[in-house]
Amino acid sequence: MTIPWKRLPFFAFLTLGTIAFVYPLVWLVSASLKPRSQVFDNRLIPEVFQPSNYVQVWNAAPVLRWLTNSLMVGFMAAATVTLSSALVAFGFAYFRFRGRNILFGILLSTMMLPGAVTMIPVYLIWNRLGMIDTQIPLWAQNLFGSAFYVFLLRQFFLGIPRELFEAARVDGCSYLGMFRRIALPLCKPALVIVFVFEFKASWSDLMKPLIYLQTPEYFTMPRGLKQIIDAFALSGHYEWEIAVAASVIAVVPMIILFAFGQRYILDGVATTAQKG
Amino acid sequence: MATTSTSGSASATSTKVGSAPSSTGPDGRAPAVAGRRAGRPKRSPLAKREDRAGWLFISPWVLGFLIFTAGPMIASLVLSFTDYQMIQTPHAVALDNYKQLFDDPRVLKSLSNTFVYAAMFVPLGTIVALALAMMLQRVGKAGGFFRTAFYLPEMTPAVAAAAMFLLLLNGQQGLINKVLGWFGINGPNWTADPNWLKPSLAIVSLWTVGGTVIIYLAALNGVPKQLYEAAELDGAGPITRFFRITVPMISGALFFTVITHTIAAMQMFDQAYTMFYGPQQKATASDESLVYMVYLFQNAFQFFKMGFASAMAWLLFVIIMVITFIQVRIGNRYVYYHGER
Repeated sequence: MTIPWKRLPFFAFLTLGTIAFVYPLVWLVSASLKPRSQVFDNRLIPEVFQPSNYVQVWNAAPVLRWLTNSLMVGFMAAATVTLSSALVAFGFAYFRFRGRNILFGILLSTMMLPGAVTMIPVYLIWNRLGMIDTQIPLWAQNLFGSAFYVFLLRQFFLGIPRELFEAARVDGCSYLGMFRRIALPLCKPALVIVFVFEFKASWSDLMKPLIYLQTPEYFTMPRGLKQIIDAFALSGHYEWEIAVAASVIAVVPMIILFAFGQRYILDGVATTAQKG
Repeated sequence: MATTSTSGSASATSTKVGSAPSSTGPDGRAPAVAGRRAGRPKRSPLAKREDRAGWLFISPWVLGFLIFTAGPMIASLVLSFTDYQMIQTPHAVALDNYKQLFDDPRVLKSLSNTFVYAAMFVPLGTIVALALAMMLQRVGKAGGFFRTAFYLPEMTPAVAAAAMFLLLLNGQQGLINKVLGWFGINGPNWTADPNWLKPSLAIVSLWTVGGTVIIYLAALNGVPKQLYEAAELDGAGPITRFFRITVPMISGALFFTVITHTIAAMQMFDQAYTMFYGPQQKATASDESLVYMVYLFQNAFQFFKMGFASAMAWLLFVIIMVITFIQVRIGNRYVYYHGER
């Protein structure tokens, strides 16, 4: 086997890049096991192991509640947005109804709209409905689809040969049947991408939980993490080991998701941009 | 299905609404619809059925658009002309909020902070991502591992990443300054020195540039090899090849990411809020890290100046539209789409 000498510098640079991207996370895990005086310490293997940081986080805050809250909200957000966006995308992809092009243009243009413009009135709507300090505003809007996912899924549905649908129609398949039995199964990878992306987005979101949640019991993980950082690290107590351990707790579920859905996620990122 | 189409042709009472013959091109549609497209004034029941089904399928979005986008847009525009503060009924204040946008120094400060941050992050992110993607392409199959590694930070929730960087960027003991020290550079007090807060935010964002790398890699892999071979035969050096082949051929992806990054940068919130704002920090925080969305959020949900915050939101909307419009104008001149558009 010949050594690809010419490629060696590239490997060297890429390895440097990998260190820059991955090392901080590894270091974070290690820091979460260090005593307070050594958290900033740059060694990778802690001099003194202090796993009790996690026990302290556990005792200081309802971390398990936050994790299950995030899991629930993430699942609801992802499941509803995937289903509703798929329905809408199929509507735009298959049917030629009056007003379709105008509506699709409107849909595309809503992607440009900054969330700030609708944020306050939407808050007032949920307030009027008595939903403040519940988790419903964190995902319920997803029942109505999301422009970007509709756009994405429509591209995938358009890739299905029309003859398949015509054949099903001749065989007496209803529109809903075509959606469920042909469109959805053929676009499974795309649906997984949408689900995973939305789950990830929901898991990371800080703004909505900040706006809608007040009771710590209802917090999602990022909102709770912010609370811990504020209370333990930024408050002047500098108990960074607590904040760091809590950060690790917030990251780990996402890493697990990545480990399982890696191929889908990476290919998804590449295709979304090309379709976009 | 069969029954509907027969009964359809029998009852020829279909209305004529909206049957303007837009095009006559046959495009392999079912006969009934092909007839409509050919310009027949009647809409067959099948076409009507399809109309109805189409609308049914998209109805979730239409409803959501009316309730959560169109309605709130109008409402926020109306609110922006009032002094609404949640507790009392809103009074019309004409253009006061908009005047205040220019009188409040923190609005301008937060706007310029956001611009500075975007001006650092967007070009830097594009260059770093492109460099990494080009190297990834050179190593071929082995790139898979690196691709995964680069994307890992994107999975990290922004709050956790921000907390981590508060430690890494610490002036005295942080890892980043330690590494800079190896090269004899005396690193700044990133998270405390007002001059370095925005570069800190840009660094945090730069860490999550892996998704862009993957987008560029996909674009680079789509560039035909023959182009490079032909250019090399003609004696074009690597720099010429980069600017004459690579950049134009992936300009679509570059354009897409620059626009989305700019829009996202203008709305940056999570990292800045986590690192520098919170309940106990109001007094001490330096205005140098006050990005626009943080100030808007504070006005809306901490000071409950909802009218003013709505005006801020509309200003942001207009700014983003103007920037995107300019970018699209520039883009249309240079961007090469692979023959499909």
